[in-house]
Amino acid sequence: MLHVEVKGERMPTQRIDLPQGTLDLLILRTLALGPQHGWAVSERVQQMSSDVLRIQQGSLYPALHRLERRGWIKARWGTSENNRRAKYYELTKGGHRQLEVEKDAWEKLTAAVAQVLGTV
Amino acid sequence: MLSDLFIRIRTLFRRRAVEGELDEELRFHLERQIEKLIRSGLTREDAVRRARIEFGGLDLVKEHCREARGVTFIESFAQDVRYGLRMLRKSPGFTAVAVVTLALGIGANAVVFSLVDALVFKPMNVPEGKNIYTIENAKGGFPSQSYPDYVDLRDRNHSFDGMLVCEISTASLDIDGNPAPIWLYTASGNYFDVLRVQPYLGRFFHAADEHGPNSAPYIVLSYAYWSSHFQSDHGVVGREVRLNRHTYTILGVAPQGFSGTELFYAPDLWAPIVNQQEIEGSSDLDARGSRGRWVVGRLKAGVTPAQATADLNSVAAWMAKAYPKDDEGIAFSVARPGLAGDMLGGPVHAFVAGLMLLSGLILLAACANLGSLFSARAEDRSREVALRLALGSSRGRILRQLLTEAVLVSLAGGVVGLAGSVVLLRGLSAWQPVPDIPIRLAVSPDAHTYIVAFLLALASGLLFGMVPVRQVLKSDPYQRIKGGAAGAVGWRRITLRDVLLAGQIAVCAVLVTSSLVAVRGMLRSLKSNFGFVPENTLQVNTDLNMAGYKVDQTAAIQKRMLNAISSIPGVTAAAYADRIPLNLGWSSNAVFQESATDYKLANEALEAMEYFVSPGYFQAAKTTMLQGRAFTWNDSKDTLHVAVVNQEFARKVFGSESKAIGSFFKIWNGTRVQVVGIVEDGKYATLSESPKPAMFLPILQSPASRTYLLVRSNRSPQDLAPELQRALHEVDPGMPLTINTWERELGTALFAARAASIALGVLGVLGAMLAITGIFGMAASSVSKRLRELGIRIALGAQRKQLLGAALGRVFRLLALGSAVGLVLGLVATKVLSFIVYQATPRDPFVLAGVVLTMLFLGLLAAWIPAQRALRADPLILLREE
Repeated sequence: MLHVEVKGERMPTQRIDLPQGTLDLLILRTLALGPQHGWAVSERVQQMSSDVLRIQQGSLYPALHRLERRGWIKARWGTSENNRRAKYYELTKGGHRQLEVEKDAWEKLTAAVAQVLGTV
Repeated sequence: MLSDLFIRIRTLFRRRAVEGELDEELRFHLERQIEKLIRSGLTREDAVRRARIEFGGLDLVKEHCREARGVTFIESFAQDVRYGLRMLRKSPGFTAVAVVTLALGIGANAVVFSLVDALVFKPMNVPEGKNIYTIENAKGGFPSQSYPDYVDLRDRNHSFDGMLVCEISTASLDIDGNPAPIWLYTASGNYFDVLRVQPYLGRFFHAADEHGPNSAPYIVLSYAYWSSHFQSDHGVVGREVRLNRHTYTILGVAPQGFSGTELFYAPDLWAPIVNQQEIEGSSDLDARGSRGRWVVGRLKAGVTPAQATADLNSVAAWMAKAYPKDDEGIAFSVARPGLAGDMLGGPVHAFVAGLMLLSGLILLAACANLGSLFSARAEDRSREVALRLALGSSRGRILRQLLTEAVLVSLAGGVVGLAGSVVLLRGLSAWQPVPDIPIRLAVSPDAHTYIVAFLLALASGLLFGMVPVRQVLKSDPYQRIKGGAAGAVGWRRITLRDVLLAGQIAVCAVLVTSSLVAVRGMLRSLKSNFGFVPENTLQVNTDLNMAGYKVDQTAAIQKRMLNAISSIPGVTAAAYADRIPLNLGWSSNAVFQESATDYKLANEALEAMEYFVSPGYFQAAKTTMLQGRAFTWNDSKDTLHVAVVNQEFARKVFGSESKAIGSFFKIWNGTRVQVVGIVEDGKYATLSESPKPAMFLPILQSPASRTYLLVRSNRSPQDLAPELQRALHEVDPGMPLTINTWERELGTALFAARAASIALGVLGVLGAMLAITGIFGMAASSVSKRLRELGIRIALGAQRKQLLGAALGRVFRLLALGSAVGLVLGLVATKVLSFIVYQATPRDPFVLAGVVLTMLFLGLLAAWIPAQRALRADPLILLREE
């Protein structure tokens, strides 16, 4: 699962689980930058979200395999930056399209949520 | 989606490669994470620990990845199968017991289903056999018709594409100078065309070959007879042979497996019915009242049996008007062919239905047995299950695993059972229950049997595999691992296993009871009074018509035969008769009071069994003469007609035995007959019949060419038979004859009872074996569960008796309860048996005692090993274990 770690100043760290689709969206977005192996994807997500979003590592791989099965990403074996054999994932054409679709949906969702929050 | 399919297939077939890649991928991730953690200042050890914790359970992640790849069902199924096989291999005892138990159940059901399939469901073995129907008389449900009625039915109906007539008959066939009796069908010319059978060799006869009496001297050989008597000689077509000393031409050979329209009868050959006079010695084809032929028709496409019956009955109405003397009140119906219409069909269907019920019970008992075995196993494996649950396996997955094991066992059991049933059915098909008559029970397992056996195996696997489900669902891994084996919790409660065991024992007791009743009835019926003494007597079946004699010559020849036999040393009495009581086939006739003048069936006094016998018959048969005299050689055609009757006849017709002697009665053609003697009652058609009136008439007053010689002697049959044959062939060297002991001929009368007893006996043994495995399973698990407690009891000084009571008391209480219930049910059920098996009465102290003793013995036998184990429980070892 994916969760957000909210670090408050006056309260203990809170974990909020995010829905499954969010993880897929983040993986697709990360891979849109170029082929990556699993570990790098999780690192990237954490970095890009300034340590707010953390992918529970156990759930990253099932998600990758699921996306591969759907045909949105494909895998090939390559050599990592430290000269080790690693499995690299990259977006397929279908994956690019899916990323657009999910980004759209996400933006609409956040806008709607923000709107609801703003009106109160 | 293509990628989807590709991944699934790849995962399925390149399992090892895919698994390896998954391993490598995850390992790479962990190593990178560890490196990162080390860089951030942790020691290697801490880094590894941290990375592992962050990642979560490695196996769980793998499992999720597999699921994500989407082939989990098939793959995990394959995994379950592999794991299941490994677990089963690890406990060969359990596996063997389970497989054998189920094999018994499946085997019994496969055999019974094959029987039912062959006797009830399977259409006749000819093209579009489902349209073939036997036309029988609506009243009484017997299939016999007369030839003139057949012609009218054939020509006037609108529902059948064709209609044939045929009759079972015997004749003597002379191929190479040695005439031998054979069995055949005399059949109408259109016989093979209506059945749409094609010859294997040569040609068949057709309607166009019939040109009046004795116009078609042709025969068609059956495949079996052709291969056994003509050595499969292809040059046989056109060859001339002698049938009852008339020259006949072999037209062709019927295809393999074709044996006509009756399931039980496999003829040696077929001959045209228009030649009846030459084949049977006399012809009654022109007699409308002479009903003895079977009519079989092929329904037109789209005509239902009900429509056909209505159509036939409109013909019947016309026939009743046109020939009131013979056909008044005639009515027809149609029946499935193969079992002489409903005449045999009724009892046979009832019998196989009973068998089906019993074999179903066997399977149920086997399932109950296996259910409790699997539940015991689940109990034993509760730690393993708990461990798997704790490691993150889902309950569903574990259930599926257990179910897979159950199905594996059930399939193995199904295969073994089926193999056993195939062997048994082979034997059954080769079995010839009645001497000298080609009666066959052609039952061969086919695709239907295999499918049914497979489905039964699968269904029972799922059925008993479900038993431990509740156990697994309820199991709490934490408690299990912490608490070790379950203690004495629920000892007072009645568990599912108790119910299963008691139920199974009840079923077994039913089977044991009914088989004991049947076997005991058989034994008693063999010792009962038949009204004759079959021991030390040979029967010689001869047919002078086959030997070419005219009817008026027979009396003289038969007397010469009798003289020749009587001079053989050791022969104490000899006589002949047209029929012998309790042989296959009987004849009965109407008897009228002396005052009767109109010999309609409505006026008859009674219907009596009818035997034509020679002088000396009662002596040869050892039938006790009670009053009056037997026949002499002076009771001939020219003197007053006389009869010897049995007690039942005397009482029914004349009121009492004393009034009967010297009184007169009339037979069907109005002939006055005087009673000169009275003999004891006997059994005539079947062993289970109630007392029947019978009359014996002098064979000299109505000669018959087909007779049985009864030869009583004080020599062994093997010794006497060749001498008999030599003596008779001195009278006529070409005379066909068959010699059998009377006891062997009795096999016919005992056939139904014997078949029922064998079937029930086998089922009873199966039931007993299941009871043993069931009790054993329960006792063994009861002992092993409480072994620690037993050890403590021993340490505290418990006596053997107390120990056994604690270990096995419950099992024996269940045994007693189940047996009692089964005994009562069995006694109720076996009332039905008394219709088939003579003197099968459930109210028999031997049966009651037998059932109780059998069940007790089974219980002791099954509990022996667990009891030994309980007694040997060593407190020291047991306490050290924990």
